Amino acid sequence: MTNIHLTIDGKSITVPAGTTILKAAAQLGISIPTICYHEYCTANGLCRMCVVEVEGMRLLQPACLVPVAEGMKVQTRNARVERSRRTIVEMLNSAVDLSEAPEIQEQLADYNADPARFPEAQRRERPVIDDNPMYVRDYSKCILCWRCVQVCADDAQYTYAINFDGRGFETQIGTFYDKAMPETTCVFCGQCVGVCPTGALKPKREWLLQEGKTPDEIMNMTRAQRRRRGRG
Amino acid sequence: MVRSDTLDLTPLRPILERYAPQGRPGLLPALQEAQALYGYLPEPVAAAIGQALRVPLADVHGVIDFYALLYREPVGRTIIRVCTDPACWMRGADEVLEAACRRTGCGVNETSADGAYTVERAPCLGLCNCAPAVNLTFNDTRPAKTVSFAHVEVSQLDRVLSGKGRPPEDYVGGDLCIVTPLAGRGRRMTLTEYQAVGGMQALRRTLGEKMAPAEVIKLVNDAGLVGRGGAAFPTWIKWDGAANAKGSPKYFVVNADESEPGTFKDRILLEGDPCRILEGAMVGAYAIGAHRIYFYIRGEYPTALERVKAAVDECYAAGLLGPDVLGTGYALDVEVRSGAGAYICGEETALFESIEGKRGFPRIKPPFPATYGLFGKPTAINNVETLAKIPYIITHGPEAFHRFGTEKSTGPKLFCVSGDVLRPGLYEVPFGVTIRHLIENLAGGVVGGGLRAILFGGAAGAFATAEHLDVKLSFEDLRAVGLPLGSGVVMVFNDTRDMRQVLLRLGRFFAHESCGKCYPCQLGTQRQYEILERLARGQALPGDKERLLDVGWTMTDASLCGLGQTAAGAVLSAMKLWPELFES
Repeated sequence: MTNIHLTIDGKSITVPAGTTILKAAAQLGISIPTICYHEYCTANGLCRMCVVEVEGMRLLQPACLVPVAEGMKVQTRNARVERSRRTIVEMLNSAVDLSEAPEIQEQLADYNADPARFPEAQRRERPVIDDNPMYVRDYSKCILCWRCVQVCADDAQYTYAINFDGRGFETQIGTFYDKAMPETTCVFCGQCVGVCPTGALKPKREWLLQEGKTPDEIMNMTRAQRRRRGRG
Repeated sequence: MVRSDTLDLTPLRPILERYAPQGRPGLLPALQEAQALYGYLPEPVAAAIGQALRVPLADVHGVIDFYALLYREPVGRTIIRVCTDPACWMRGADEVLEAACRRTGCGVNETSADGAYTVERAPCLGLCNCAPAVNLTFNDTRPAKTVSFAHVEVSQLDRVLSGKGRPPEDYVGGDLCIVTPLAGRGRRMTLTEYQAVGGMQALRRTLGEKMAPAEVIKLVNDAGLVGRGGAAFPTWIKWDGAANAKGSPKYFVVNADESEPGTFKDRILLEGDPCRILEGAMVGAYAIGAHRIYFYIRGEYPTALERVKAAVDECYAAGLLGPDVLGTGYALDVEVRSGAGAYICGEETALFESIEGKRGFPRIKPPFPATYGLFGKPTAINNVETLAKIPYIITHGPEAFHRFGTEKSTGPKLFCVSGDVLRPGLYEVPFGVTIRHLIENLAGGVVGGGLRAILFGGAAGAFATAEHLDVKLSFEDLRAVGLPLGSGVVMVFNDTRDMRQVLLRLGRFFAHESCGKCYPCQLGTQRQYEILERLARGQALPGDKERLLDVGWTMTDASLCGLGQTAAGAVLSAMKLWPELFES
């Protein structure tokens, strides 16, 4: 395999062709922040948190997607990059509930983001959907990283139970004609819950515990449910 | 209105049978035809289509929800779409929208209680030259019928709602008549009429005489033709790339998804002279070795759609399309596709996704369409106006094309002049005439006051002022003063216009049309709109100017596709020209 020579933040490195800037930087110990990126999901370059400045390119480039090139000169953090990253997390914070997204909280701090940067901003709020015994969906916390849709589809499970509602700012994750999860093709594999970075998808038991239910109460609820199903 | 429990799926069967073999690529046309039958897309209908075409139901849902012209819920028997973007706003569109709401008793984007009407605020309908414009869907006829009306007056609203409004009349003028001789005549010119003025000679000379495809591409290269959709990319490079790319079949795509606010040139060409565009596409298909052309027309252009289909039928009947074009043995087919209400589908890769039956999300580039385009195959995709030049270049030669324009911007160019001018219309001029010539000599000058501003390049463009009047209209001259030529929009504002209102409408347009894929645009267009809304109300908050700059630069610098990268262009240029407008 051909080797590519490049410099990242002034440090030289040689990596195999096809390596992304994100991975090459990691080899140098340079951490580039990401939000939507997941090691086992197809990278889509959605969050643009990983944008870096590449000499000779007109616009900032997403490090998770762009492969290294011979002689490339990359700046992973300067004033221009910081402006975009800070604005992205500030806008995200103004739209969704990030209280259970510790990684993004760290990024907010790292980029000196002002949590109240966008006053009078419309938020994406929706009531919690509790329509199945396995997990709840709290889309007020959803950052539209697409991971759940991807693992439900071609990235893992080939179940295709969920897709998108609306478009633009109004986008949400949804099911066919808003059906309850048990009426969809969902097989309750739990992979979507596993990859959700913000607590928008949560195991039902964890949610009930957070809501103040005791383990005994939860057990009783489960028994009652089983009895109902047995009668049906 | 159709109730789900009494739903008869029998009329759906022919649609399912026709589109089932296509699979997912048949999804959008199947949904569109089903909606024309049922008035909206009831759940059992959507489910039946998904099953027949083997598309996961959640994906069917995602597609329906993406496109503004597809409805999951029952809508009114008449859908009234009022454009309130800048050109229509200047001619009283807000009053028309208000009157429509009063008349029907429903709010914006609502359906009246009796199910008679749905009122929507529409994005630019491409009728800026005959503003204000309204687009109506009559849902009580089967199949449903969509039609646009121009110069809508509040006092005439009842006539409009009963389908008797003024049809659009397009003024076409200018210094040249290279691609517009048959446009703007109030009807479609037929294939016979097109051939009577030398039409289809380029097809006969290239495909008909089996000219080497490389030679065709060389002619286009020598002419110096660059794309007229907004990006000004050399046409021959697109063709050469697709011609030399490995992989088959190859596809040729006509991008007729014109939706840039202020742009109406492609609509006028398609409605008046569709054969010229078809000829350009057929020559292009031959040049890259494609046997199939997809002709993707904006969903809000019902007349253009109907007329392009009629022209395609004529070409088949005349042996210009089909298994054996002009007796050469070269097979060439055209499939006409209708968009369904999504500006983003004018972005080439989003357009491919749409044809493939998906949400119109732009793809990551590279790979570029030449190697990985429609269905992952080598594809050339061109704008309507670009293709309109091809017959002339082939028939008259690149030297003739060079006679028009400047050294670096060759050939004729169409400009869509709208707003506060005496004669809004489509003007064909050689590159290199001044802005003053276009506005004062051709369009009759500014009306209603002095000149305040000219929006160049559309919503994704930038503002010019009276200082720029003597700048020449060419890529190089405009670039030197920081103005984009874009798709040829020249929208004129007199000095009585509230520019904050103009910006609000541009901001609202982008917030409505962002696909939602990447964060900077998904979040930024909404935040930008909110700030512009406060400014327009005169209630800006401290720090709004800095917010607007940060949001604007982040969208420009970090967005995934051209929509986000240009969504702040006009706002940022206004901030430079009139900083006083942005003080709180």
